[in-house]
Amino acid sequence: MLYLDNSATTKPFPDVLASYIQVTNDFFGNPSSLHKMGSDAENLMRQARKQTAHLLGAEEDEIVFTSGGTEANNLAIKGTAFMKKHRGKHIIVSAVEHPSVMEACLQLEKDFGFDLTILPVNEEGRVSPSQLKKEIREDTILVSVMHVNNEVGIIQPIEEIGALLQEYPDISFHTDHVQGAAKVPLDLKAAGVDLCSLSAHKFHGLKGTGILYVRKGILLKPLLSGGEQENQYRSGTENVAGIAAAAKALRMAKEDYARLGKALEETKVLILKRLSKIEGVVLNTTKRHSAPHIIHFSVPGIKSEVLVHRLEEREIYVSTTSACTSKQSSPSKTLLAMSKSKDEAESGIRISLDFHTDRSQLENLFTALEQSIKHIMKMKR
Amino acid sequence: MQFEHILVRFGEISTKGKNRSKFVERLRRNIKEVLKDFPAIRFQSNRDRIYIQLKGEPHQEISKKLTGIFGIHSFSLAAKCESDVEEIKKTALEAIRSVYQPGDTFKISARRADKTFPVPSDEMNGILGGHILTNTEELTVNVRKPDHEIKVEVRTEGTYIMFQDTFGAGGLPAGISGKAMLMLSGGLDSPVAAYMTMKKGVELEAVHFFSPPYTSERAKQKVIDLVEQLSKYGGKMKLHIVPFTAIQEQIQQQVPENYTMTSTRRMMLRITDQLRIKNGGLAIVTGESLGQVASQTLESLFAINDVTATPVIRPLVSFDKPEIIKIAKEIGTHDISIRPFEDCCTIFTPAAPKTRPKLDKANRYESFVDFESLTKAAVEHTVTLDFSEENDASANRLNSLL
Repeated sequence: MLYLDNSATTKPFPDVLASYIQVTNDFFGNPSSLHKMGSDAENLMRQARKQTAHLLGAEEDEIVFTSGGTEANNLAIKGTAFMKKHRGKHIIVSAVEHPSVMEACLQLEKDFGFDLTILPVNEEGRVSPSQLKKEIREDTILVSVMHVNNEVGIIQPIEEIGALLQEYPDISFHTDHVQGAAKVPLDLKAAGVDLCSLSAHKFHGLKGTGILYVRKGILLKPLLSGGEQENQYRSGTENVAGIAAAAKALRMAKEDYARLGKALEETKVLILKRLSKIEGVVLNTTKRHSAPHIIHFSVPGIKSEVLVHRLEEREIYVSTTSACTSKQSSPSKTLLAMSKSKDEAESGIRISLDFHTDRSQLENLFTALEQSIKHIMKMKR
Repeated sequence: MQFEHILVRFGEISTKGKNRSKFVERLRRNIKEVLKDFPAIRFQSNRDRIYIQLKGEPHQEISKKLTGIFGIHSFSLAAKCESDVEEIKKTALEAIRSVYQPGDTFKISARRADKTFPVPSDEMNGILGGHILTNTEELTVNVRKPDHEIKVEVRTEGTYIMFQDTFGAGGLPAGISGKAMLMLSGGLDSPVAAYMTMKKGVELEAVHFFSPPYTSERAKQKVIDLVEQLSKYGGKMKLHIVPFTAIQEQIQQQVPENYTMTSTRRMMLRITDQLRIKNGGLAIVTGESLGQVASQTLESLFAINDVTATPVIRPLVSFDKPEIIKIAKEIGTHDISIRPFEDCCTIFTPAAPKTRPKLDKANRYESFVDFESLTKAAVEHTVTLDFSEENDASANRLNSLL
């Protein structure tokens, strides 16, 4: 089996899973309860928060645990919009955002009268900071640009955008760091990021836990009403075991990065090189400005779904565009935004690695791809 | 540029004459304790400086921690090189390049501590200034108000190139003035009183009165967190947790309601004083201020203080609440203190405490109970958390899960 869909989700680390089970068993008290079992759970959660903050270069009270990346993105965007609506109603996002950002913005536009500017990307898939600057208006309240694109792996110029936004202290800067976490370093403070989303199951934690970094001084309207947990930003009894697991997974993933980050980058370069030699393959991921774990390519003429299933027969698991949109059969919006043809946008395949992907097994992928492409092309004629 | 050193200058210590080495040694130990998370760093000290060799540890984080330590007047980032004109030129240029923005101004202040160095200071200023000017763009000299003042100190062991002076917390190194017991309730005042006493070099051991089931684990945790926060300023601090329930219940039963508060405070002071004797302290520190609450009238302080002849230091005596809150915020204890859990001072607060209690009445009411053996038992059963160890143990248990 060759699992190459790590951008969709990763397999939990065994140690993380063990902690999750142990915490579920031993710390099942409600962290809001007054008794000792409550305060034990609260203590553990505080320790997890401390560790998470440390790993992200943040302060403890800048960490809000959520139910996942989608909620973190929604809270960042809608929370900011509702908080600042009296100051202005203009939001700028890139054209290649994840649906949990894009759809949240579109909803704000459609139902709440906000004004949205969708920033185009170049052929590489990157936004231009100078173009972004031109779109800033008096009433701009929020800029949201993802860190690493979930489909093609392109890294956006977050530091440059953060630097230019320094001149506009009234504009909040959100970045969706879900694909970048533990794979592409991002210094939140240095980059001037105000809000940053992460999702634990993308770095070998469990599904159902996410993290939102909220820089000190940034205010959000909560989306859930209730018991005012998580510094009042996110009501609901905390998922203590998930939170502990998330903190542990982040630590371990960062350790992996320190140890194996370079090798992963080399693997990417190798894959790009090998893919470029296969007939019919068009690379969508460039060597520069891209994350070490995502490689995207198209095979014009072959619908991506067909190729996915063909590889699946050989126990090789890749994905089409991104897991979150792959059930819609429309062409990839990201690829279209990168000025790719419709044909290319319909035939995209994403390979996503983790630090432990076995390089020796990749030969199977290349062989399988070559044979499958040849076979399908022949069948079409 | 990778800075290799942080150079620490002393505050009041410099005036200490013969005892100086003791002061420096103490400060060095305190800095070491606060920076224990950076195992690679090394220390070197002499009469008037401490040099921290960073050995690759991050200077930003370390600088942030240094600003809180008492006894430090100021500190600078420094690069060290051989005392050789060409080396100094090279290092100074590299240093300024790593910080300046186009349009900035700078100034060189060279000093020769090593008088055998052949180039006099004025000449060094010229040489280095010229070298920097010809090798940078949009950087000019301003000797009156420069954006960057680069201090160059030529010493026998090498030359230090320093800039970015940051002010420290001033005061005296914590612990140099002897030990006192701190009555720490968990409220806003006592941590601030602790901070101000520590600033004068006093080492503190905290005493907390714990009354389960009336007060909870979380109230205790609050105090532990306060001690942890305070130890950022003076190194590790012990915490004595006194079982106080039995005494409080006795007071409730035996002492008329309007005198319970007075008696409670008297018992606390007695116990703290006994713990002071046991642990070799010389004074007691409280967060009392005048006029804030019933226990803080002069009459009240008089009646309470009667139980001991030990000096009781009350640094907040003339402070207003807003001033105290302001300091609490600055020293990072405010948010811990306002966590809403009952502590032993609040659970049995009478509706109308006596604001002018009479000493003889307090004595009389207390005479019906054998408080002496009760306080003795409380002292005996006091649990001392030797902070670093105790906390590490529970943190380790949790950390294995994380």
